[in-house]
Amino acid sequence: MDSPFGLLAELTYRCPLACAYCSNPLNMADYTDELTTAEWQRVLVEAADLGVLQCHLSGGEPLLRRDVVEIVAAANGLGLYTNLVTSALGLSRPKAEQLRAAGLDHVQVSIQADEQAVSDRIAGTPSFRRKIEAMALVKELGWPLTVNVVLHRQNIDRIADVLGLAEEVGADRVELANTQYYGWAWRNRDALLPSRAQLEAAEVVVRAARERLRDRMDVIYVIPDYYSRYPKPCMGGWAARQLTVTPNGDVLPCPAAQSLPLPRANVRDAALAWIWADSPVMTAFRGTDWMPDPCRSCDRRELDFGGCRCQAFQLTGDAARTDPVCHLSPDHDLVVDAVRAANGERPIDLVLVPRPHR
Amino acid sequence: MDLSDRPRLARHVRLSFCRIRQRPILQLPETVVVLNASGATILELCDGERTVAGIVSELGARYQTVPDDEVQRFLTRLAARRCVELSG
Repeated sequence: MDSPFGLLAELTYRCPLACAYCSNPLNMADYTDELTTAEWQRVLVEAADLGVLQCHLSGGEPLLRRDVVEIVAAANGLGLYTNLVTSALGLSRPKAEQLRAAGLDHVQVSIQADEQAVSDRIAGTPSFRRKIEAMALVKELGWPLTVNVVLHRQNIDRIADVLGLAEEVGADRVELANTQYYGWAWRNRDALLPSRAQLEAAEVVVRAARERLRDRMDVIYVIPDYYSRYPKPCMGGWAARQLTVTPNGDVLPCPAAQSLPLPRANVRDAALAWIWADSPVMTAFRGTDWMPDPCRSCDRRELDFGGCRCQAFQLTGDAARTDPVCHLSPDHDLVVDAVRAANGERPIDLVLVPRPHR
Repeated sequence: MDLSDRPRLARHVRLSFCRIRQRPILQLPETVVVLNASGATILELCDGERTVAGIVSELGARYQTVPDDEVQRFLTRLAARRCVELSG
């Protein structure tokens, strides 16, 4: 077992936005007993002692935590590379200056589309203008800026303009990530899954943009795994490189794993080092011993680690099955059916179920 | 990457040392690169002033044998991952 490299600190699931593709859990009310400042500081110390080198501050909206500056300062003091993943709502100039002084290394600002009406509709609240202003502020204060865009059926056709916007605001990186179907996104999957024609058009745009922007902007494009032949190497393997701490202190190999029927491990009850090494939630699918066929005998088992356990559970009810995305999976029909439906006579603008703010 | 290029660490990249792993590392927004000692030494010399040729001769003065194409290959790889950029 190796040391983890990254900690995803989900400070709160509260959020001013209501995006239907949110990966936060459907049972958000179970996470309202949030860790205190002192508890987060202790988690950070324990994480650094375990070998963690990056701290991603996420949520929900992490800026809704009044102590976000103190948490950043604690992480920075431990030598962690700190990354704020934000909607930018709440990133006022004074707050940004405090975060800069506390040593925050990098800011990722989400945007829902390149144009105000569409972005605000998907976000469920007027937010586009404030996001653009916040991006300028991030650049002005000297941070590297990543623009995050979750792609789906209702905005992927705008990808060229989204890239244009990222270029205009001076982004150093842009992450164009097709929706992963967990949490609220799973609930909204049929309205979010793009068609093959949409994806093919998007990929042409991305390839051209990468070429054109090679020296200026890093263009990261995450394909939707429903359309791929093999599953994604989820998290670089279960409990191999990353860990997540949820707002109430549960520790998970990834944020989606809260949905699995595994015993809980919480920083309020146990040391992070023990949880990482020995708790059932971490050891359940670590390595390759748990694998059934076709993964067990597959020569890709160390490349994609059987894909995503949460997706296997969501689609089949059994987290130990091969990710149905894989064309070799005995359950692959489940994905084929969803893809077929997305390519049938389905309108682009189906109704989305917004996530609640808390 | 040419011998006359002047590499430096990209702005969003931090070179440091991991006390748990006892290895030099590069910290980036989404990833960590674990380095060996010679890689870290090369990167410490990437100040945007020295040329690649200058770095090779500096390393040569310290360690006697340094194949210059190895330094170039290493820096080219890191430039492709945007850890290293060339000052204009």
